[in-house]
Amino acid sequence: MTPEKPLLLETSGLTKHFRLGGIFSKRILHAVDDVVLTVGEQEIVALVGESGSGKSTIARLIAGVYKPTGGEIFFRGRPLSQMRNRSEVLEYRGRVPMVFQDPYGSLSPMYRVSHGVLRALKLHRPTLDKAARVQVAAELFESVGLAPGAEFLGKYPYELSGGQRQRVGFAQALACNPELILADEPVSMLDVSVRIGILNLMATLRRELRVSFLYITHDIASARYVADRLVVMYAGKIAESGPVEDVLAHPKHPYTQLLLSAVPDPRAPVSLPATSSVAEPPRVVDPGEGCRFRQRCPYAIEECALVTPRLRTLRPEHKAACHVAVSEMEAAIPAGERAATSR
Amino acid sequence: MIATASVLDVRNLSVDYMTSRGAVRAVDSVSLEVAKGEFLGIVGESGCGKSTLLFAIARLLSPPAEIASGSVLFKGRDMVTLGETELRHIRWHDYSVVMQSAMNALNPVMTIGAQLKDAIEAHDNMPAQRVRARSEEVMRLVGIDPLHLKSYPHQLSGGMRQRAMIAMALVFTPELVIMDEPTSALDVVAQRSLMLQIKELQRRIGFAAVFVTHDMSLVSHFSDRLAVMYAGQVVEIGATRMMFEDPKHPYTKGLMQSFPSISGPKQRLVGIAGSPPDLLRPPSGCRFHPRCPSVMTRCLTEEPPLYVRPDALVKCHLYSDDA
Repeated sequence: MTPEKPLLLETSGLTKHFRLGGIFSKRILHAVDDVVLTVGEQEIVALVGESGSGKSTIARLIAGVYKPTGGEIFFRGRPLSQMRNRSEVLEYRGRVPMVFQDPYGSLSPMYRVSHGVLRALKLHRPTLDKAARVQVAAELFESVGLAPGAEFLGKYPYELSGGQRQRVGFAQALACNPELILADEPVSMLDVSVRIGILNLMATLRRELRVSFLYITHDIASARYVADRLVVMYAGKIAESGPVEDVLAHPKHPYTQLLLSAVPDPRAPVSLPATSSVAEPPRVVDPGEGCRFRQRCPYAIEECALVTPRLRTLRPEHKAACHVAVSEMEAAIPAGERAATSR
Repeated sequence: MIATASVLDVRNLSVDYMTSRGAVRAVDSVSLEVAKGEFLGIVGESGCGKSTLLFAIARLLSPPAEIASGSVLFKGRDMVTLGETELRHIRWHDYSVVMQSAMNALNPVMTIGAQLKDAIEAHDNMPAQRVRARSEEVMRLVGIDPLHLKSYPHQLSGGMRQRAMIAMALVFTPELVIMDEPTSALDVVAQRSLMLQIKELQRRIGFAAVFVTHDMSLVSHFSDRLAVMYAGQVVEIGATRMMFEDPKHPYTKGLMQSFPSISGPKQRLVGIAGSPPDLLRPPSGCRFHPRCPSVMTRCLTEEPPLYVRPDALVKCHLYSDDA
């Protein structure tokens, strides 16, 4: 986090386990383990990782869809678990709305697209009368690029393209005066030529309406495009986090390095590196101690199987959970000696 | 007659979907050639007709889709006019298809081995022993332990399932493998690994590949040539490297402007305004004109042909000889 941006959201030791199988089953899926995540005001944080890495579970925990198994979520310093009455919960949900992945499934085909926005306004801004709600809804539509807003309000979802539907999703989120929008893969279902428009919309909303985003994606290139900070998830844990450019230029965790080498990049020179790693991410059922990446890691040492690595600060504001990664905070110590002393 | 070097020669192929609101032309007079051992990428957004084109080439279309006109010359024979029995002889032997979603394409209640056996027996008479030997061979070829012949699809990871599909496509060492987004359900690391493996198999076995994808950057390092489709038509076709260095069609340029990169300077991208057209009512003239930044008056009325440039074919009036 940058010191000049006050904290909006903070999680400490956030954990979510799911019991698998029947009620007597003892197998536990560790979807999210001990996640420490912060989002500052007017900040875009990208949460990237493969499917099954727990990134959507984090969004749902923050949105209050799931109750955490352990840990706590603080919004502006107030713990979520302390929210007791309905008005507090409603207030929080208005401040932290969600935009969903599938713009085709998230709008009811039976209602006009104004339905969700008008309902959100009715619920979260009860002082507005009906005419004012329609007025505000039209303005919201225009702020997300659906102009003229009044005309779009009367349309049905089938009349809109995927990109336009996703903009309706953002308008719904904006209806509650949000401070942090949880965007769970908002562009992955869209055509490539319209994706960038939605990413640009996020950047504009941050700049003009001062909202923060938790942008969840598997696409590192798009994360680099909009986000300030990157958080890389692997098997339910944070592998690495830091300022986007710093993580991309100096990836510390071997998983981040693998991920970056796998991203198809037409601008990169033609090269076919031999890193044809066949292994795929594990399902995190009863993982036990140790680094969860160790089976795929080319640098794994004995310690990796015994001790779960903790996030260490290796560069300014840049952390990674790896026993082998070398800190550049104490650059004076040669690499070999450091590895020896850290044990 | 076609040049001896080309395996596949698609000429003016059109495919219609018969809907209650009339015929929708999903593929509109597409011409393509694939040379022996070549890797041709076909890219385009959803609904541009790329999958329909593949299905038409493989003669796998089913109603309401039907081939309206054109020909598909595969090793000199016109596939469009072949009957089912003749097709069965060349299908899988000479060309095979890898579908997009292995989860849906594989039968969940049959082992991988049983499905391989099924595919082999449907197209050839082989003694059981040879079927087993060949199955083990192709599994090893794609890097899966033959032990998994006894596994069910759900016991394999996504990448392994997709590789099992490829193994199935290679049982008869075909000359052409048609692939419909085989990596789209995979994570980047598994995707990269599968692409490398396809390329390696292609180098070893020498089959030609037609690879359909919506992700241009995915094929950037793998395909020899690239065809870009928009609204049912091929709008640009040329060498992959050239296309990335010097895209010509405004749509191709727009696509290039739609992908952020993880390297190089960070620049603001604009994408392409608007969205792909409804093929029931395609725009007049050039189908891209409503979204085109360099639209001219003639684009509204006059459909551009594929203009021949030294390094590419481009369906855009900007490249006409009198422009």
